[in-house]
Amino acid sequence: MAESGVTATVGAGRTRGQWLSTVARQRELSLVAIMFVLGGLVSVTAPQFLTLSNLSQVAVLASIVAVAAVGEALVMITRNIDLSVEAMIGLVAYCVAIVLQRHALDAPAAIALGIGIGLVLGMINGAVVTLLKVPSIVATLGTLSIFRGVDYLIAGSHQVPLAGLPPGFTDPARDSILGIPIFVLVTLLVVVIGSVVLRSTRFGRQVYAVGSNPEAAAILGIPSRLVVFAAFSLCGLLAGVAGILWVMEFGTINGTSATGTVLSIVAAVVVGGVSTLGGIGTLAGAALGALFLGFIANALILVGLSQFWLQAIYGVVILVAISADAIILRRIQRATVESRAR
Amino acid sequence: MSAPVAPGNGERRWTHLLARWETLLVVVVVGLVALGASLSPFFLTPGNFSNLIAALMEVAIMALPMTLIIVAGEIDLSVESMAGLSSAILGFLWAAGVPLWIGIPVVLLVGILGGLMNGLLVARGGLPSLVVTLGTLALFRGLALIVLGPRGVSDFPPAFTELGFGHVPGTLIPWPFVIFILLAILLGILLHRTWVGRQVYAIGKNAGTARFSGVRVTRVRVGLFVLSGLVSSLAGVILTSRLSSARADAAQGMTLTVATVVLLGGVNIFGGSGTIPGVVLAVLAVAIMQNALRLASVSVEVQSIALGLLLILSVVIPNFAHQAKSALDRVRRGRPPPADSIAHGEAAVS
Amino acid sequence: MELRSAGRSIALASVAVLIFSACSGSSTPSPSAAPSVAAPSAAASAAPSAAASAAASAAAGPITVGYLPKDIVNQYFAAAKTGVDKAAAETGSKVIQVGPNEAKPDLQIPFITDLTTQKVGAIIISADGKDEVAPALKLAMAAGIKVVGFDSSPAVGAYDVFVNQVDFSGVGVNLADWACELAPSCTGEIAILSAAATATNQNAWIDLMKTTLKLDKYKGLKLVDTVYGNDDATVSTTQAQGLLTKYPNLKVIVAPTTVGILAAAQVVKQAGKSATVKVTGLGFPNDMKPFVKDGTSPVFGLWSVPDLGYLSYQVAAKLISGEITGKEGETFTVKGLNGDKPYTIGKDGVVILGPAFRFDKTNVDNFNF
Repeated sequence: MAESGVTATVGAGRTRGQWLSTVARQRELSLVAIMFVLGGLVSVTAPQFLTLSNLSQVAVLASIVAVAAVGEALVMITRNIDLSVEAMIGLVAYCVAIVLQRHALDAPAAIALGIGIGLVLGMINGAVVTLLKVPSIVATLGTLSIFRGVDYLIAGSHQVPLAGLPPGFTDPARDSILGIPIFVLVTLLVVVIGSVVLRSTRFGRQVYAVGSNPEAAAILGIPSRLVVFAAFSLCGLLAGVAGILWVMEFGTINGTSATGTVLSIVAAVVVGGVSTLGGIGTLAGAALGALFLGFIANALILVGLSQFWLQAIYGVVILVAISADAIILRRIQRATVESRAR
Repeated sequence: MSAPVAPGNGERRWTHLLARWETLLVVVVVGLVALGASLSPFFLTPGNFSNLIAALMEVAIMALPMTLIIVAGEIDLSVESMAGLSSAILGFLWAAGVPLWIGIPVVLLVGILGGLMNGLLVARGGLPSLVVTLGTLALFRGLALIVLGPRGVSDFPPAFTELGFGHVPGTLIPWPFVIFILLAILLGILLHRTWVGRQVYAIGKNAGTARFSGVRVTRVRVGLFVLSGLVSSLAGVILTSRLSSARADAAQGMTLTVATVVLLGGVNIFGGSGTIPGVVLAVLAVAIMQNALRLASVSVEVQSIALGLLLILSVVIPNFAHQAKSALDRVRRGRPPPADSIAHGEAAVS
Repeated sequence: MELRSAGRSIALASVAVLIFSACSGSSTPSPSAAPSVAAPSAAASAAPSAAASAAASAAAGPITVGYLPKDIVNQYFAAAKTGVDKAAAETGSKVIQVGPNEAKPDLQIPFITDLTTQKVGAIIISADGKDEVAPALKLAMAAGIKVVGFDSSPAVGAYDVFVNQVDFSGVGVNLADWACELAPSCTGEIAILSAAATATNQNAWIDLMKTTLKLDKYKGLKLVDTVYGNDDATVSTTQAQGLLTKYPNLKVIVAPTTVGILAAAQVVKQAGKSATVKVTGLGFPNDMKPFVKDGTSPVFGLWSVPDLGYLSYQVAAKLISGEITGKEGETFTVKGLNGDKPYTIGKDGVVILGPAFRFDKTNVDNFNF
């Protein structure tokens, strides 16, 4: 009796695992498929959609969101949320821009500074959540106000114009290597490294474990607080990278830079298949989600729909994405129950 | 109610009171008033109080149903967009010649429908409210933009403007404040004195158990989101009146402030505890703080930082107080205290 | 019961509110937003005495003015403030700058009411939305505070004088002319990149530009789109990029906003399209110098923004001292401006700083702002 029970559990476990990775691949594949279909449809009315220059620009703009979305996905997989990402991006962007304008540091040092600031901000979030035991939605709502306030405090009414940056600093936003825009390469690098860590290291498994069942993780001896702290710190680091990309892309930076982007970042993550309930989702999915949303925004503009339809369509996309998630999840649960009953 | 058990019960009630966030809020409010008075000679002028309250009233009104929703363990991010959508529709109808006495009820109905959408997706569809209302946050705002486009409608009759900007005749009490207090009393009674309120707390503590105890979980959840949609719509009407202009981007950014005020009011984000009076006090605290700092020409940035810190402290301090209380108990009794929940203020659980 | 203590505190708070409002009801005239006849007469009895005493003391001495721009991040208003500060320094007066971080009308209202509470002598405001700020401004005026609009006007009746930086129709014609000049043979697609969709000034300029474009001279120009950058550098950049993508045959981007023109010029330059797409509009010489040189933006215009601030302050001071009241036909002189010739207040209390100034490669280097 016990034996069959054990076999059943092991069998169910393998089935669930298989299901989850199938689902992840399904989500990513569906996004790519929809983009293909959309691309075809749009290019009928607007042939300039499928040009390399247009697609490159879409990918470049989406890269900024994608890098931040990878960090956010990491946090969300641990069953937390980070609402302060936009403030981290803005603060890093301004700090990097201002040290460059004042010639206090050269480009490589400024970039290192930006990443460092992002990391520190992420660690602050992590500390508030794990040490002070504040629920992440409250903690990051608070740090959103604090970081943005610090950003305005430092920036005042000053604005760093494009001309204030060292010549060539903004080139990576427009240059490509072997035809692939540099920003896209950066995103790919982040996704690949992140995915390898999540899939093949113990840390990665712990991240998923903490997110899908915190109590079980604690019983198994996983240092949940450390894992969550690491997730928030990495999210901050990636927000720092996104901030640097922001400076390169837009050039003009002031205290309000990056305001309002948290919606697109969380939307990208959700559309990419990461669940707010934790334990489910991939980093590649989050990056693809960002690309997908950028794609739609661009398609809308080219098809001639006014920019005012964009918000509504984003909303519909989010709702469809999570409904799909829920349906798939229920199918997993049913499959797990069935295989356990076998 | 059981009779006092041990001689130290009076002290127990004291620490209980101190550990209560609402008490702390009263201290904070009083402290802020003192701070305001010291920072600026204009703070205690009569007209000032009405001003400081007026600017925050739409947020305050939306914070009331949000309190119930968070106590029930959910969240509604779409409140600002519903307010914006109702402003846009009201403006659209007015510009098209539809009189306000038809336009306003239509807009309130839209609020109910929007809330229904949220409620059904969450309660029937089983989808997490955070993401559903994130989607409707975008969707409703998008609809507002489609309805009204980029420009605004502003030739409203002065009688309408009076609603949002005027005062009860003979006093300086702004009308929106009256609406807020009435709504607070209504929802306060609902949450703290009725069976519905108990159900809300029960769902927030443990939805599964609540369902087995006969609570109509789905019905209550849907009802809460409908309430939120309706009240957000009302807030949109008041905002349109106060600004004497209908815009598609009305109320943008308010969700964050609403959530902050509710959490500051001591409502637990995980659900199951929190009070309406606490949220009312938090509204006062935030309004006073913003006004005092503005009058003292303290920058908006510092206010932003202060608000964020206050929000984090609103969780940290009761945590510490609770831990201190437990430690004190342990020292006094020499045995571990019973595992009871944090005294964030709950309706008496049977 | 636990709830009693909480209930007590809310009762305390409400009582406090009622006490405050009850006290006030008797001592000050009850301000009402309804533009009825009753309010001004009630205010008139109390306010002029206050205003008169303030005026008497302010006529010679220093005053305090509130400076409330559309937002405090926009460099345009920082430039205008230098003029305001310079004028204030001449009489040892004080300038309080307040304002939101984003150009949204509802964000300006609390600042107006607070300045009113602080009883400043005058409020100098560039309105994010002309109607939204009107009720609060009218209350300020009823309390004896002078309201000087500049750059972007509040609704008529909600200010004493509006200092218009430029004649609207003049700018409308200028914008059309520059677009015509930059499009090959005055023919081709053009697009407008504006500020916020509610901005009074930009909307007025654009409307007049569209009227001008109907003339025969401009019949080769086709206005394909108007997009809004909200005076935000990031939004303006993405909008400009969108224009380039959507309209591959675009010839000119017209941006009547200093934030927008800079963003558009940067975008065009970095897309490598400076030869085929030109950028014009209203911009700062310091921002645009490199783009004049490399041909992205050969022609654009503006006016002396610091002078705008200087004039606004002087108007405020003259209103406070009683030298002018904002009625049509009144004249006054400001030393150092308008060639020392008098300004005349026009219809609806409008004073015009002067004509727009055209910048191109022959003169842009002579200016430093």
